[in-house]
Amino acid sequence: MSKEWPLWEVFIRGQHGLSHRHVGSLHAPDAEMAIKNARDVYTRRNEGVSLWVVEAQHIAASSPEEKGPLYEPSNSKVYRHPTFFDIPDEVGHM
Amino acid sequence: MADQKALFEFLLRMGDNSLILGHRVSEWCGLSPVLEEDIALANTALDLIGQTQFWLGLAGEVEGKDRSADDLAFLRDAWDFRNVLLVELPNGDFGQTLMRQFLYDAWSSIMLGRLMTSSDARVAEIAAKASKEVAYHVERSGDTVVGLGDGTEESHKRMQAALDYLWPYVGEMFDGDDVDAAMVKAGIAPDPASLREEYDAFVGKFLNQATLTVPTDVFHHKGGRTGYMHTEHLGHLLTSMQWLQRAYPGATW
Repeated sequence: MSKEWPLWEVFIRGQHGLSHRHVGSLHAPDAEMAIKNARDVYTRRNEGVSLWVVEAQHIAASSPEEKGPLYEPSNSKVYRHPTFFDIPDEVGHM
Repeated sequence: MADQKALFEFLLRMGDNSLILGHRVSEWCGLSPVLEEDIALANTALDLIGQTQFWLGLAGEVEGKDRSADDLAFLRDAWDFRNVLLVELPNGDFGQTLMRQFLYDAWSSIMLGRLMTSSDARVAEIAAKASKEVAYHVERSGDTVVGLGDGTEESHKRMQAALDYLWPYVGEMFDGDDVDAAMVKAGIAPDPASLREEYDAFVGKFLNQATLTVPTDVFHHKGGRTGYMHTEHLGHLLTSMQWLQRAYPGATW
């Protein structure tokens, strides 16, 4: 067994209505302690109303080598952005 | 109106407990086994020092001699301190620090719960604020005691040694004297002995989970909360805590 505690990724919801945002990572022996450590390391200045922690090894990530096939095809498809609509002045700032 | 001298004494006991423990815990700053624990311990220390400001601030007000919380913290000598001996004991290893923390937090959470219904609104207000912090402290120290007690052979051995060393200092938190009697009479604070049953049940549950054995010897050390005699450790703690104010009286930054 490794002597190192596993790595956890920490997500905080800043306020009600917003989604959780990744803020950093930490080490902890289990999920409960990870929540406690996250509370102590990342919420000292009133940063949030909800905490998520997930063991880093459970996060599946896209590989940087695949960035061509994954992202380039959309580069040439500007029409997918909703920028071709005329917005009536009465709407104001959107 | 309650006996103001007794109230002052009671407030010193509350404030000195959190001050001395807060300072002890702060000694870990930068030295803890892992970064996360280092920050958590520093947070705990800061909470305790924050509570001290309220207790000693009110103590100075009640005393009426124009002494601030800082004056009381930095300009009294060992014999004037009224903390229980438990909180001035050395940190030892990380396990001993956490065991001491747990044994104190458990008492503190029960005590503050009772003080929230104090007849003195100022006391009740401080207790309400502090109890939220302490509820977290005891959750954290309790879980750590269970984790380390029921951990590896090495951690179990260290936690049992810590409990054996610290347990004889637990009893003092439940001693009572004239000051306590005056507080009970005025409805300001409970009789310390009345917390014992709840304490034993609460602490016993955690220690049982931690597979640790509570020593059966009923002897306990005393002399801290009455100021009769502190351990040799308090003087050393004060020399480092008070050094700056002693060397440069009135220095601020």
